[in-house]
Amino acid sequence: MALFPETMPRPEPDMDDAPFWEACAGKQLRFQSCAVCGMLRHPPAPICGGCHSTEVMWAPAPAKAEVFSFTVIHHASHAAVADNLPYVVGLVTFPGLPGVKLVTNITDIPPSDIRIGMPLTLWWDDIGDGMHLPRFRPA
Amino acid sequence: MGSSARAPHIVGIGQSAYTRWGGIQDRSQFRITAEAIVAAARDAGLPVSAIDGLTSFSNDSNEGPVMQAALGIPELRWSAMVWGGGGGGSCGAVSLACAAIESGQAEVVVAYRGLCQGQGRRYGRAAPTRTHGSFIAPYGLFAPPQMLALMVQRFMHLYPITQDHLAEVALSFRANANRNPLAVMGDRTLTKEQYLASRWIAEPLRLYDCCLETDGAAAVLITTAERARDLVQQRVEILASAHGSGAGWSTGPLGSQNMPDDTYASTNNRRLAKELFARAGLTPDDVDVAQIYDHFSGMVLMALEDFGFCGPGESGDFVAEGNIRHDGGKLPLNTSGGQLSEAYVHGVNLIIEGVRQMRGTSTAQVTGASTCLVTGGLGVAPTSAILLGRN
Repeated sequence: MALFPETMPRPEPDMDDAPFWEACAGKQLRFQSCAVCGMLRHPPAPICGGCHSTEVMWAPAPAKAEVFSFTVIHHASHAAVADNLPYVVGLVTFPGLPGVKLVTNITDIPPSDIRIGMPLTLWWDDIGDGMHLPRFRPA
Repeated sequence: MGSSARAPHIVGIGQSAYTRWGGIQDRSQFRITAEAIVAAARDAGLPVSAIDGLTSFSNDSNEGPVMQAALGIPELRWSAMVWGGGGGGSCGAVSLACAAIESGQAEVVVAYRGLCQGQGRRYGRAAPTRTHGSFIAPYGLFAPPQMLALMVQRFMHLYPITQDHLAEVALSFRANANRNPLAVMGDRTLTKEQYLASRWIAEPLRLYDCCLETDGAAAVLITTAERARDLVQQRVEILASAHGSGAGWSTGPLGSQNMPDDTYASTNNRRLAKELFARAGLTPDDVDVAQIYDHFSGMVLMALEDFGFCGPGESGDFVAEGNIRHDGGKLPLNTSGGQLSEAYVHGVNLIIEGVRQMRGTSTAQVTGASTCLVTGGLGVAPTSAILLGRN
């Protein structure tokens, strides 16, 4: 069963980020980088902020991540999360992928035990209709 | 700038009544915004027809040319808005006005904002669409308290900042609001016990760490030093204004949160603050009173560091020593109650309070104050700030 109910907002892929979501659908987490200078960027963008090339590559993310920051959310700003309170939104980074931060959820741990710097491991949440979202639990 | 005949001055302020969200039901947001602009012109002693520039920010829906027609303004010479960024552009709207006035492209510019959350959207609730929304909404990151909580959490991890320091901000501003009959929380006191007993919204932010959701409109009228001399009000000089963003912020915390590591837990004002003070020929020590954008208490602490009132990580001690209180503090903050306790007019109410301090008419007047810093929304992009001076 997915972490959140079906009424939760879903990703809405656009021309610039569709390859990211196609990879997620296939349970692959990968980030965009410039094919010319190699600079990583997230979210996907149509041009490199370093060398201005529009050629891109996709770098696979390791399954290990680290907590950069997090918040324990107690107030339902959207009706879909009313039965999930409290839940944890994390901002995570990956070894070897400088310049990339991913907003995600941290699960399977009491919120009061979460610490910045804590190692995490990726799991894929099936949200239906062929889409999966990357979420994390303690390593 | 003071010697120039075109040096920009604020000569008029106008505002609607401020209420909790949903409190203004009998008049449209557009109407109360138009009324605030008319009030600013009256306050200055100028006819509305003298206005030839309109500026705003944050996709204000009270569109300039529509406002021009509604108010019968014969000629619009400057019509501009600062991009997005929540309240980041509040002082930026003033900097746009300054650009027009100093360059001679307009003579009398009004910077305004109308924001009735009871008629539009409550900002504490999920927005239907956001830039980079696909990367946050599916994880339940919906609204600014949650988004900025991530920054404040990181800030409190890096530095010795505690819940007590956040509380000091909320309690000081409430005490100021309790002196201000126009404040939404004017008659509601707040104790430390009530603060600590309040519910979490998004840790580390409690209810009282978050700004109000209100209905209101506010406007400031800006013109040249030359014209200001002949007007009724004590003129308030805009000593310097600035808006912009550091590298790599994009939509910052309101988007995917991919700000650079070294500026992530910041207000995105470090360069801007240095340039602002340099332009005015002042230092933080010269500031007598400040109105710092208080969408969330923790961001105010961050701003004290980024604007140079204390060193990195020292804002907790700075506020614990009583420095931001109206009663005896060396840098009283948000003397109208701010957006935590007066109203959330996206920061334009803070500009108005800055003007009141320079005129000597605040309900929490800082005796002898002659320089005031006002900031726009913090930790977003773009950000903005102005320095006001009493002539």
